Amino acid sequence: MSQTTTDSPVRRQRAQLKVRTLRTDRWWLAPALTFVALASFIVYGFWAIFDSSYFVEPYVAPFSSPCLATSCPEGARFLGFAPFGDWFTLPPGILILGLPAGFRLTCYYYRKSYYRSFWLSPPACAVSEPHKKYSGETRFPLIIQNIHRYFFYGAIVIGAVLSYDAVIAFRNHEGEWGHMGLGTLILVVNAVLIVLYTLSCHSCRHITAGRLNHFSRHPLRYKAWTWVSKLNAKHQQLAWVSMFSVMIADLYVRLVAKGVITDLQFF
Amino acid sequence: MTYKAKFRVWRGEGGEGRLEDFTVEVNEGEVVLDIIHRLQATQAPDLAVRWNCKAGKCGSCSVEINGKPRLGCMTRMSTFAEDEVITVTPMRTFPVIKDLVTDVSFNYEKALQIPSFTPPKDVKPGEYRMKQIDVERSQEFRKCIECFMCNNVCHVIRDHDENKPKFAGPRFLMRIAELDMHPYDVADRKDLAQEEHGLGYCNITKCCTEVCPEHIKITDNALIPMKERVVDRKYDPLVWLGSKIFKRSSSKTG
Ligand code: SF4
Ligand code: SF4
Ligand code: FES
Ligand code: FES
Repeated sequence: MSQTTTDSPVRRQRAQLKVRTLRTDRWWLAPALTFVALASFIVYGFWAIFDSSYFVEPYVAPFSSPCLATSCPEGARFLGFAPFGDWFTLPPGILILGLPAGFRLTCYYYRKSYYRSFWLSPPACAVSEPHKKYSGETRFPLIIQNIHRYFFYGAIVIGAVLSYDAVIAFRNHEGEWGHMGLGTLILVVNAVLIVLYTLSCHSCRHITAGRLNHFSRHPLRYKAWTWVSKLNAKHQQLAWVSMFSVMIADLYVRLVAKGVITDLQFF
Repeated sequence: MTYKAKFRVWRGEGGEGRLEDFTVEVNEGEVVLDIIHRLQATQAPDLAVRWNCKAGKCGSCSVEINGKPRLGCMTRMSTFAEDEVITVTPMRTFPVIKDLVTDVSFNYEKALQIPSFTPPKDVKPGEYRMKQIDVERSQEFRKCIECFMCNNVCHVIRDHDENKPKFAGPRFLMRIAELDMHPYDVADRKDLAQEEHGLGYCNITKCCTEVCPEHIKITDNALIPMKERVVDRKYDPLVWLGSKIFKRSSSKTG
């Protein structure tokens, strides 16, 4: 073999491996499972939005809350408030769907998961992607991901509404406090998980103090940042469990509303 | 316990080469680099491999083992089954010099392009006073041993060689984040990160974090925070408005 120097063209070449990857583990498993889980969430959400049994005293299904149209039953309205009048005849869930959907769609963790599982960019580490060109999040449409923090502000409101729904689920059919059913428990757990997921957001971490360079000058914000950072390390797990909890809570309320199951009463 | 392992090692000068099969002795407690050295000593005296410390601290022995970027000296043979064929190839993203040795100068060129630490003019060396909590974040990034496996695994350049001029790779975007977070650094690094060094190419799929032998949370602690800082500067109308009204610069506040 003749000696190569830094100038030889062959020296500027990477290893000409003809295979897409040399990984021997089941690297395709994680993206495949993610694909199935995310796709079922989308399918479920689609069905739920158009399903009209979203309310059964005292529970409101999370996918349709806050219920803001006049078509919402009295008890389902958020603080008895219905800013959208009779003219709005579509399912009321559509009014607020954009917020949680946009929040999750632009979430740094969900971005990772769907870039990998839906767009295969890359499907797994050290497995080449099928695309000829790549510009990432440098231009339209993906540059829009940068508005994530605005969805975060909106998600705080949604978190508050779901917490309110969980609290009023402690009332009975006559509106008296002191009731608790399995539905109450499910709504409470779901509200806690949604709030934790929201607070563990990377934009939240940035806003609390991540954007500062002198933590020592802002002790309270720094304290909040350390706390959010701890949650943030669990952001992926919180994204998944809160996704399942919201789906379970929503389905539970709808099944009770349809009379398919009866709510288990604790007291 | 000694056994014979099956190895497939990339051999060749420059990019052209092939996988060569070897059967080689393995003893208890050995790592992949030991086996490569045994091949050199017994069957392939001209096999090229770069290494130095054999302690996971110099970052020289980066290769790909069964397709995954790993340090040869930190990959224990006991993590493989005895009948498993172990494939060792050079890092894919960089040109090959010979066998397992790649030319990593891409990384040094990128490092040079990043303006160094820039303290305020009125602070002289020796006058810096920093609280531990102010430098903690940057200290995580200082653990880097410059093995360049993060840049190697990053699909932005691994799968798209043409992106190399526009993208510094996770290693150096992390360097920019480190300086941007530094309490005494006054250089403007947000536009630089986005416009010159391609932070927007990163789609936060976290392979850099997955391969980092120092377990630095590159994506969560450097790249995403840096993306958020860029949003402050370029894409958030409220921060922009605030900086106009309160006359504070959005770059180095707080
Ligand atoms: S997280 Fe970003 S920088 Fe890291 S490997 Fe993925 S695309 Fe590259
Ligand atoms: S950040 Fe980690 S993977 Fe990247 S060069 Fe440094 S030590 Fe290696
Ligand atoms: S919600 Fe995931 S990063 Fe904001
Ligand atoms: S030889 Fe130094 S890190 Fe492996």
